[in-house]
Amino acid sequence: MSFDAAALRARFPIFAGRETRLAYLDSGASAQTPDAVLDAVRTFETSRRANVKRGVHALAEAATEAYATARGRVAAYLSAPSEETIFTAGCTAAINLVAHAFGATLGPGDEIVVSDLEHHSNLVPWQMLAARTGATLRFLDVDGEGRIVPAKFAARTKLVALAHVSNVTGAILDVPAIVAEAKAVGARVLLDGAQRAPHGPLDAPGLGVDFYAISGHKTFAPHGVGALWMKAELIEALPPFLGGGEMIARVTREGFVPARGPAKFEAGTPPIGAAIGLGAACAWLAGLDWPAIAAHEMRLTQRLLDGLAAVPGARVLGPKGLQARAPVVSFDLEGAHPHDVCQIMDRFGVALRGGHHCAQPLHARFDLAGSTRASLALYCEDADIDLFFDGLAEAKRVLT
Amino acid sequence: MSDALYHEALMALAKDPAHAAPLGPADGVTVDNPLCGDRVTLAGRIADGKFVDIRHKVRGCALCQAAAAALARALEGRPVAALAAAESDLETALAGGAPPAPWAAFGPVARHKSRFDCVRLPFSAVKRLVSGT
Repeated sequence: MSFDAAALRARFPIFAGRETRLAYLDSGASAQTPDAVLDAVRTFETSRRANVKRGVHALAEAATEAYATARGRVAAYLSAPSEETIFTAGCTAAINLVAHAFGATLGPGDEIVVSDLEHHSNLVPWQMLAARTGATLRFLDVDGEGRIVPAKFAARTKLVALAHVSNVTGAILDVPAIVAEAKAVGARVLLDGAQRAPHGPLDAPGLGVDFYAISGHKTFAPHGVGALWMKAELIEALPPFLGGGEMIARVTREGFVPARGPAKFEAGTPPIGAAIGLGAACAWLAGLDWPAIAAHEMRLTQRLLDGLAAVPGARVLGPKGLQARAPVVSFDLEGAHPHDVCQIMDRFGVALRGGHHCAQPLHARFDLAGSTRASLALYCEDADIDLFFDGLAEAKRVLT
Repeated sequence: MSDALYHEALMALAKDPAHAAPLGPADGVTVDNPLCGDRVTLAGRIADGKFVDIRHKVRGCALCQAAAAALARALEGRPVAALAAAESDLETALAGGAPPAPWAAFGPVARHKSRFDCVRLPFSAVKRLVSGT
């Protein structure tokens, strides 16, 4: 396979037909959607739309088959079995699912380990769980480069829940070190893979973790869907989270018997079209030349890092080099508020994210209220980085 | 490239030191914008029905800073009713109207609805000061 950045970008209709270039550097919030995903969703909604697993008519059969195919595609992207891959309403919903299902096994004195750089979606559910159960939260430190510092865990640690890739610093977690320490005390490990999944297929079971959550809309799929890989033994052992249709094997006046497999955690009608879109995204992504894309993304990241290093007053909140880092670059521009920076850069066609990025404890760690973030995806090109620095120069001129 | 939103008059307000002060949380009321983490701390008192010794500390964007500065100037030494008048002028600007200075400076914000909360945050702080909550 050869790599052609422009050809890849052309697969995303949102970039077509514009008078001026859209330098979309906010993929960490929502990635754009390729034609393969849009076509899959449109095909479903226009020719196969029906509910799944509950009808015998032809459309219901077709919808059910499409939904199962989508599950298989997402599972394959995660190198996981279909029967261990659960569709959710998003990454946040996936983590909340674990917080309730696995959380039901926790009690006072048990410890949950998180870190100071977690997205609120991988922090607040554990704070709520601690309040419900009497379990305690322990925070791993974050170093000056925005990396989680592995540590030994206490014997009472039951779960370690960490971001695989920081949505602020772009630092990639030292998973082997974390897993080794967790296994030493018999703790389960959950990884929030929202920022990792958009950058290529992965082997979630091979990481040695127990739960892996991803977001649909950050992985080039529609909003309102996500996925959770969970070991079969946990699917079997943990109680369901939400109750309702589809998650049961049998219901009587006295009670219910839960379904087996992923259905146990998919109460009600799932986001069928969005899930089919996520399946299409995973299938499309799986066919790309990821070594070439990774090299491309990292080269653009290096341009961002080098350029920001030359801007007086700019401070990158993450690794200064490319080792163990994803193409997410957040920075503080002294004397300028992130929203003002983003607002001015928007006039250059540059879409950025400014604020705390749902990671307030991390910004407190850096003694900041917020930061400005450029998050790249496979459709970014050098022209986007050029516009970024044009806009940043103007923001600096106006604001500082 | 010029930037209509961050024009000279607005940036002058944002950098206006007249009522800015290094306040701590215990010095006055503090309000937050949960979406962006911006924070306004406002101190002052009401004597004989008038705002006295209004000071603010803004950890926020230029729009929030400008609104805090404009509001402090609009209130200092004036009756409590001046708050409603100032708010009316700001809302006129946000609706695309033409209020008097200094609120005319916020006219371009009307095209950026996502920034309305930035300029409204100082008003929330003053309201809490007035209500004593």
